[in-house]
Amino acid sequence: MDLIWEGIKKAAELLWRLDREVISITWLTLKISGIATIVSLVLGVSTGMGLALNKFPGRQVIIALINTGMGLPPVVVGLWVTLFLWRNGPLGSFELLYTPTAIVIAQIVIATPIIAGLSLTAIQNLPPNLKLQILSLGATRLQLVWLLAREARLPIMAAIMAGFGGVISEIGASIMVGGNIKGYTRVLTTATVLETGRGNFDSALALGFILLLLSFAVNALLTHLQQRERPR
Amino acid sequence: MKRHSKFLFALICYAMLTCNHLGAQARQSIILATTTSTQDSGLLDVLIPIFEKQSGYLVKTIAVGSGQAMAMGKRGEADVLLVHSPTAEEQFVREGFGSNRRLVMHNDFVIVGLESDPAGIKSTKDCADAFRRIANSKALFYSRGDESGTHALEKKIWELASIVPTNDWYKETGTGMGQTLAVTAEKKGYTLTDRGTYLSLEKTLNLAILSQGDPILKNIYHVIEVNPDKFPKANSIGAKQFADFCVSETTQKLIAVFGVDKYGSPLFFPSALPVK
Repeated sequence: MDLIWEGIKKAAELLWRLDREVISITWLTLKISGIATIVSLVLGVSTGMGLALNKFPGRQVIIALINTGMGLPPVVVGLWVTLFLWRNGPLGSFELLYTPTAIVIAQIVIATPIIAGLSLTAIQNLPPNLKLQILSLGATRLQLVWLLAREARLPIMAAIMAGFGGVISEIGASIMVGGNIKGYTRVLTTATVLETGRGNFDSALALGFILLLLSFAVNALLTHLQQRERPR
Repeated sequence: MKRHSKFLFALICYAMLTCNHLGAQARQSIILATTTSTQDSGLLDVLIPIFEKQSGYLVKTIAVGSGQAMAMGKRGEADVLLVHSPTAEEQFVREGFGSNRRLVMHNDFVIVGLESDPAGIKSTKDCADAFRRIANSKALFYSRGDESGTHALEKKIWELASIVPTNDWYKETGTGMGQTLAVTAEKKGYTLTDRGTYLSLEKTLNLAILSQGDPILKNIYHVIEVNPDKFPKANSIGAKQFADFCVSETTQKLIAVFGVDKYGSPLFFPSALPVK
């Protein structure tokens, strides 16, 4: 129990002193997972919308694949992304392996199915007549998509939170494609693993608390956006 | 709604800007594939920044087992290796994947376990004998099981002791040295470890050194440059600079004093041959 207390104290101390390494790791974590979530949001919501509004052969197979993808193991994603980004791999000439961009790519692969799957259900959950009503009022296709997304705003925000939560807590892919390089690709989760391996359990715990704090702050902001009064 | 979309718009603009920033690679880099012990002990945290400052390269340190490090070298996915698995290294160089293999430093392996020593290995200096006693008493033994340099040596000792471990008492952790030591301490077993990692973790573990000093337990680190003839994409200039840096006199002096202030004794002993 002492150790947990030590961890909390250390976390407070690191934040209070504005420890440069910890601050930069935290900032990098937020930036990587934030960008990955935003890109996944665009990809995921448009995929979800497309699947909700169109009927075509093979649609159910794609939905089943997306639902499976919602539980994609990060290490498997990490391995595949590594194979593609290797110097001698298909995308090797971009020299992206062991860079923050590589982690963003892996996290996009992890978060996109989560956001796509949840936004698909969100759109399908809207009253079926809503679409007809909007169309009969003379809306264009683009206006229809925008209005539907607006109506499904609450569950889509929940999808964003799920996607963000999935990538910020993920370690398998980050350590594989990022390499946990000090000051360059070390994020909160990989730093926690390293400190644990070094036997610095107090530092590891402290980093864990900071990760939770960061996650809470982002989710509190998103929840605020989700739950406030809807402007009419 | 207006405010909301403005906020999102700003967020996306910001993301785009920093995205470019992330992609920018102003500095040239080298990929160093190495063992967990050099990173877990903290030695690289001392050496790498000095090298980066001197050479201007960004060093991407990938700390894995020696086996995986050499597998990366064999695919040309690393530029330089700092590893400790001599037999496999010799083969690596013989097959033409690496060149210019040079001695950097050494320390030794030790067998650790509970102070109470249920298998009674304290009284022997011969580590094959110690392994035999562990096997005979069916005391728990934790193996790295990850083709690392430590794991390679451990397999060699089992062979010397002519014992085929059975999994009722022989367990594989499949993790790095630090984690394996933690498991060993928690489960009250025995394990083979490099002295450096053990010393750096000693305070958190309830394990004692029970057998040491057998010549086979010497732990030797070499630096190997990945052969640029085989892999044109490898950064051979950077690799050579890093290898030269490892064996340079100033670095060797740093290695000799590393850890003395914290653990009372050095974790590694410099052993590079004088540069001619």
